[in-house]
Amino acid sequence: MTQARDGLLATPLADRHRALGARMVEFAGWSMPVQYAGILEEHRAVRTRAGLFDLSHMGELFVEGADAAKALGYALVSEPAALQVGRAHYSMICFPDGGVLDDLIVYRLGEERFMVVANASNAAAVSDALAERIKGFNVVLDDRSLATALVAIQGPLSLQVTAPLTDVPIADLRYYAIGDGHVAGIPALVARTGYTGEDGFEVFVEVGSAGRVWDALMEAGRSAGVVPVGLGARDTLRLEAGMPLYGNELGPDTTPYEAGLGRVVKLGKEGDFVGRAALEKAEADGPRKKLVGLAVRGRGIARHGYELFADDRRTGVVTSGTLSPTLGEPIAMAYSAPADAEPGTILEVKIRDQRVPAQVVVLPFYRRAT
Amino acid sequence: MAQDLRYTKEHEWVRVEGDLATVGITDYAAHQLGDIVFVELPEIGRSLAQFGTVGVIESVKAVSDLFAPISGEVVETNAELSGSPELVNGDPFGRGWMLRIRIADSSQLDALLDQAAYEELTREG
Repeated sequence: MTQARDGLLATPLADRHRALGARMVEFAGWSMPVQYAGILEEHRAVRTRAGLFDLSHMGELFVEGADAAKALGYALVSEPAALQVGRAHYSMICFPDGGVLDDLIVYRLGEERFMVVANASNAAAVSDALAERIKGFNVVLDDRSLATALVAIQGPLSLQVTAPLTDVPIADLRYYAIGDGHVAGIPALVARTGYTGEDGFEVFVEVGSAGRVWDALMEAGRSAGVVPVGLGARDTLRLEAGMPLYGNELGPDTTPYEAGLGRVVKLGKEGDFVGRAALEKAEADGPRKKLVGLAVRGRGIARHGYELFADDRRTGVVTSGTLSPTLGEPIAMAYSAPADAEPGTILEVKIRDQRVPAQVVVLPFYRRAT
Repeated sequence: MAQDLRYTKEHEWVRVEGDLATVGITDYAAHQLGDIVFVELPEIGRSLAQFGTVGVIESVKAVSDLFAPISGEVVETNAELSGSPELVNGDPFGRGWMLRIRIADSSQLDALLDQAAYEELTREG
């Protein structure tokens, strides 16, 4: 990774993004492409064909040693010991009070070796917290965030585009599984994970090789209509898929239960873990707020921070909103009081000076045909 | 960009024909906003003050105010934009126009930027 003149971190693909006409923006201290051809076009490409994402800003933390599973079991709310080698799960790292420090994907690369992938905005905090929490365990933390690039291909054509380039048997790779091998001849970890609601793969490589992997995927996907996709469409894609974004749906003031992600917390696992007492209480007490999907029945987009009302009572706040490119209608996620969270309930979002009706709907807004 | 237009620092353009001013946003603004999905325009007959807020432009990513480049009365708005807001991205100086104002005081046009000054502004970013 290199430091750009503007003080931002640049991924190894920055020159390629500029050559492709990307608009670059600051995101979590990085200079990242927000869009190339346009958010709507990129979004539709991922839903109908496939898109290529540079996610090299994300954090990759390797945890290795005899106590690796046990140490992560103490540091995180999930149960990494239950993962088979070559499989992954969605997890969270919580504060002692039960609030969310970050959401993560944990990949088991070996009996005693894990890779934890953290959001760019939290990578340093997660690294620090992990280092602190694994003290006393027979384990080593290797923060390879700046040495690792991540290229994702997402969309229904991902498999056919990627398969000829890799010796990892990706056709047989299960969702939330990871294989070790090569892509375009370059050593890579290939995982069937993503953040779009589509089939696809995430390819982890050393930063020095990222350009060759990107070029090979672009070239292989050209005739299939694969296009580069920026952070703008990444956000609309994940929102349609009902996936939370840290800083919007998740944060230190929110427990996994409130975010509808209580299944991630393994209270039944052996031993103590950071946040256990608070999360046991949170589960027993029930949530103070609930994450809901909203179909906005009027003009305008309900955006992050807009207030949500039930009759004249303020019941919560919008966490994310957009015009759904797939549905052609405005959608949002929001926190409401638990009593107002029943699907079908009509609430109102304050959009500028108007109250616009919004119906609580079941998440996700979009589910791919399988 | 056409030579006969005047511009605001907020990236609106104005074309004056007689006592009518047609108003839209520039290609620079449309590109910066990205895909535009809603345009809220003022009611016909509403009286506008120069540089006051008259509408809202929403793109997928952002929400942005539309300002009146000149004082006057709204005589027409572009009805096509309610069903096809993407016209603003595709043809910002043509079919993506937003409203027509009956000019109250044409001396206010002097406060607007000419082509060269506007180009200078967008070069600075």
